Amino acid sequence: MANLNEDVSRAPKSMRAQTITGITDTTDIGATVRVEIDGKELKVPIGTTILEAARSIGVRIPTLCYHEDLCIAGVCRICVVEVEGQRTLQASCAYPITSPIKVKTYSSKVRKARRHILDLLLSKHYGECYSCFRNNNCELQSLAKEYGVDQFRFGHPEKPLHEVDASSYSVIRDMNKCILCRRCVRTCIDVQEVGVLEAVGRSDKTKIETFASKPLSEVICINCGQCINRCPTGALRANDPTDDVWAAIDNPAKHVVIQTAPAPRAGIGECFGLEPGRALTFEMNTALRRCGFDKVFDTNFTADLTIIEEGTELILRLYKALVKKDTSIALPQFTSCSPGWIKYIEHFYPEMLKHVSSAKSPQQMFGAVIKTYYAKKNNIDPKDIVTVALMPCSAKKFECNRPEMCDSGFKDIDYGLTTRELAQMISEAGIDLPNLEKSDFDDPFGTATGSGVIFAATGGVMEAAIRTVVELVCGIKVENLFDHADVIPVRGFEGVRYAELPIKQVGPVPDILKHLVPNWDWLKGATLKVGVCHGTANAKKVLDDIKAGGKFSECHFIEFMACPGGCLGGGGQPIPTNPEIRKKRAKAIYGEDAHYEIRKSHENPAVLELYSQFLTDGPCGHLSHKLLHTDYTPRGKYIA
Amino acid sequence: MITSKCSKLTFSEIKTGSGLQAALKNKPAEVISILADSGMKGRGGAGFPTSTKWRFAAAAKGEEKFVVCNADEGEPGTFKDRVLLCDFADLVFEGMTIGAYAIGAKTGIIYLRGEYTYLVNQLESVLAKRRQANLLGNKICGKEGFDFDIQIRMGSGAYVCGEETALIESLEGQRGEPRNRPPFPVDTGFMGRPTIVNNVETLAWVTAILAKGAAWFKSVGTEKSTGLKLFSVSGDCAEPGVYEFPMGITIAQLLKEVKGEGAKAVQVGGASGHCVAAKDFKRALAFEDVATGGSIIIFGPNRDMLHVAKNFMEFFVEESCGQCTPCREGNHKILEGIEKLEAGTCSMAYLDELCKLGETMQLASKCGLGQSSANAFLSIVANFKDEILGRTEKVAV
Amino acid sequence: MLITEREKMVEDINTWAEQYGRNRSALMPILQEVQKKYYRISDYAMQEIADLLGIHPVEVYGVVSFYSFLDDKPKGKFIIRLCQTISCDMVGKDRVARQLENDLGVGFGQTTADGIFTLEWANCLGMCDQGPAMLVNDQVFTRLTPAKVNEIIDGCRRALSHYATQRKEVHAL
Ligand SMILES: Cc1cc2nc3c(=O)[nH]c(=O)nc-3n(C[C@H](O)[C@H](O)[C@H](O)COP(=O)(O)O)c2cc1C
Ligand code: SF4
Ligand code: FES
Repeated sequence: MANLNEDVSRAPKSMRAQTITGITDTTDIGATVRVEIDGKELKVPIGTTILEAARSIGVRIPTLCYHEDLCIAGVCRICVVEVEGQRTLQASCAYPITSPIKVKTYSSKVRKARRHILDLLLSKHYGECYSCFRNNNCELQSLAKEYGVDQFRFGHPEKPLHEVDASSYSVIRDMNKCILCRRCVRTCIDVQEVGVLEAVGRSDKTKIETFASKPLSEVICINCGQCINRCPTGALRANDPTDDVWAAIDNPAKHVVIQTAPAPRAGIGECFGLEPGRALTFEMNTALRRCGFDKVFDTNFTADLTIIEEGTELILRLYKALVKKDTSIALPQFTSCSPGWIKYIEHFYPEMLKHVSSAKSPQQMFGAVIKTYYAKKNNIDPKDIVTVALMPCSAKKFECNRPEMCDSGFKDIDYGLTTRELAQMISEAGIDLPNLEKSDFDDPFGTATGSGVIFAATGGVMEAAIRTVVELVCGIKVENLFDHADVIPVRGFEGVRYAELPIKQVGPVPDILKHLVPNWDWLKGATLKVGVCHGTANAKKVLDDIKAGGKFSECHFIEFMACPGGCLGGGGQPIPTNPEIRKKRAKAIYGEDAHYEIRKSHENPAVLELYSQFLTDGPCGHLSHKLLHTDYTPRGKYIA
Repeated sequence: MITSKCSKLTFSEIKTGSGLQAALKNKPAEVISILADSGMKGRGGAGFPTSTKWRFAAAAKGEEKFVVCNADEGEPGTFKDRVLLCDFADLVFEGMTIGAYAIGAKTGIIYLRGEYTYLVNQLESVLAKRRQANLLGNKICGKEGFDFDIQIRMGSGAYVCGEETALIESLEGQRGEPRNRPPFPVDTGFMGRPTIVNNVETLAWVTAILAKGAAWFKSVGTEKSTGLKLFSVSGDCAEPGVYEFPMGITIAQLLKEVKGEGAKAVQVGGASGHCVAAKDFKRALAFEDVATGGSIIIFGPNRDMLHVAKNFMEFFVEESCGQCTPCREGNHKILEGIEKLEAGTCSMAYLDELCKLGETMQLASKCGLGQSSANAFLSIVANFKDEILGRTEKVAV
Repeated sequence: MLITEREKMVEDINTWAEQYGRNRSALMPILQEVQKKYYRISDYAMQEIADLLGIHPVEVYGVVSFYSFLDDKPKGKFIIRLCQTISCDMVGKDRVARQLENDLGVGFGQTTADGIFTLEWANCLGMCDQGPAMLVNDQVFTRLTPAKVNEIIDGCRRALSHYATQRKEVHAL
């Protein structure tokens, strides 16, 4: 699949050229070049940028428009350095070293220029740090501190220059704080291939805008929030419902239930100054109770439920297509748990919606179960229940506000909180999260499996599905095929992945599925083909491949995640993000998985109990269809 | 209708086809050597040796190479390229063809500014004639394997697209925002392929050099700035128009020729050039002294230099592409400063701060626009401080 | 826009895409054609073009908004662009400007109520030796005086009533 992982970004060639390095002559590959930075000599591979070379020896050069995930822009100019023999200063982020050079990174010319650039940015940056959600986590603010900005030499706006666009359920744009680094543009166009944001206008009228300058809610935004994660300032933020959540908590008549998704626990520590990669699952439970939530549940429970529903749906599709020869069945089946991905396909490939599993996302399944089964069981009037979802995601905010997400008879999920917002609530409550005692989730939806946890990483849904399908179909332990049940072929961070799984033997049909298929004989000898991709630019590649009848058109099941890295890189996760941080979060996630006693969704006792007590007509049965499944809106990409 | 007053130009002596035929008698590398020998430097403003640019492009690897003629002439006070395209388009296209032969290109593009749309039909007919005469097309002049043709592409009103990498972005259907350099167009140009971008006048001279020889070209001008150059002269003089002078002519000599003596200052090189005050009129117009793309704007004794500076800064505030901070915000701040000066409310300390900002813009901007947009302001401040400080009322223009 | 007019435009855009190629480097020529024929590039046109070239509409919007001669908002049939740069400024562009405003009844940046004229500033038109200069659509007028302005405007009006509304005909002036 190497070709699908090729760079097809539409970034202007100049920017792209430098992500691939400045090498034009392939004989140079592997060659090194000598460079002297602030008097220190080193050798770097030809094409290394000055910035990379400097970082490799611990020399710090400030940056604003540079981001590890994105192609080079070289527009903010804060990273300028002096290169001996050059008339002008050079942007270190954009300068590939191809011949021996001497560089000074903090000469007086450089310091003066950087200070001027900061002064200029501040002269257009309206907003007070203490009323900004990025206070203490703002790249502009820290640079102002580093460079000793003690006055606004070229003035400072006294009133806002732009209206704030708060039309979206998910993302709020405040262009008063925008410094035009264009990271959001490169994110939206290159990484996500959505194309909502672009620089519009020219000169000092340049502004980051949507198509025809429409409000965000009226364009094709998929709410993934990746732009928020890469914004250096507070110009982009999520639509924050914490006030409403506090109000619900403070209202004694309300029973406030929170479910926590797996990715936030692997990230929230970063909001409290911890190194990425330390999971705070159980400390967070304690903190949530202290904040005043009445019940703390684990979204992993419905992740496991999703696997059963979605897995059953897949089996049914395969059965109908392969055995019943029903040509109306769409294969491969696509996963449906990433709401950013759902909105993406609704806009860009509405004709392929029939491929998407009708299973709701774990968040929404949870809401529907809480306001029905849980309410009844505990004798609580569902109208008095407030369901809050802690998610790594900004698109979940849009998802819970979809008009169709009211199958319990109420709004299934009332509020979606991001990891960042919960961290905010926790610190507001004066709680020192990292040092809190640990506590468990509440029953009955606190029982989860390792399969639910790995939903947070790209490939996780597929791995969970494979663990379950192998056991239910082949009748063997998945450990026989994969050591420790780690399905390595679907793990990793490559943008597009493909794996095959030969079904050499079949077992008996388990009770829970008996009413749907008579036996597994029709699968014997077949090869299960699966795909995984993350980031919607990669989703686009896979969808185009399917349309063109390529390799992925022969897949049976494909996992799509809107965000790079999957949920652990979600638009509601702590800022900053980069490949390194995402890797560490993934390590934390897989570490959690390994510690679970039960690691397969179909073995989750709480899920099994739900089927025996409530969803008695089984997976994909009548009630589950009403509560746990949904349909989609073909939106198209045209904007009226 | 729009003929400019014009001194007699050498170009009128050059016969169509003569330069190209002379070139084809040589190997491509030899053509470049002839140019190197002539000492020809780019006439678009930057003064980069044409032969070096071509040699890089000839050496660069690429399945396809391009020759681009930069006819985006937008520098305030420049109009010589228009005159050339009106009267000597043949020589310009011939220069492109010679370039194609030298670097091994099959496609040429002339990027014509939108303001010159009225020239398109005329240029198309010149191209058609050249095709008929086998000076374009396949097997040009019977030379096996030498195929080359030229298409016209239009700009749409953006000065910055004259910057060669912005021009390429525009050709690729992007916003006209200059690229990071390196890599340079000679190895990563249009569509990522080796590309030479040359000014209209440069290409016409290339034809002349091939037709008349490097020695002829070198015989005039200075050692570092060889040959002849066209000057677009406007402003306070009796005979504005296009003039051909040898490189190295002093400003005083030029003023005499165009009947503009008595000027208080001359803006050399357009809005992005320098404002030279009368005391410096003995300086020479050459790459090693006062460099210019050919724009000469003359200011008579009664002109308000602050007004001049303001007009230039207004130009840059509108024409900056807006991608990099120093230029996008800096131009604006300098313009605001000029407004303060006009109102008589600018302290010396703030003026100093603005001048330092101007220096930062020269050093830290991404492209030539921002690197030179403060030039006029800085040189006017340096030369006319007394005139611009301490204003009490609006001075008449 | 009427449906039929819209269909006509889509047809035109398709023709131009065939002519200039279905790739991004055909974007500028296509936009220039749309601008010339329809006096603006509507939201609808931008999306149509984006679709044909396989790029995002917002990218087309970014490009249209970058160039002074491309407009997403409707403009007049005659766009008058008066040069404001120094050489024209020094020979009296302000008085020409004043007269243009008087005779058209609109200020710079505005379009007359009848939708016939748009008045705009332009930067250096390359006529510095013969200023003040202005463009009326593609045609250039030099050595303007306040008195000449009215003649030119009348000429446009006559051209409009005598000939079809196509811009080409303006050259018959
Ligand atoms: C802002 C800016 C505008 C420019 N405009 C033009 C122009 O209109 N015509 C031109 O030939 N060169 C222009 N140049 C210079 C070109 O970038 C480039 O150097 C030139 O086309 C090279 O041609 P030459 O080597 O033949 O001079 C401009 C440069 C800058 C920075
Ligand atoms: S210097 Fe000005 S024109 Fe050049 S890239 Fe920067 S903003 Fe654009
Ligand atoms: S970080 Fe290098 S120019 Fe912005």
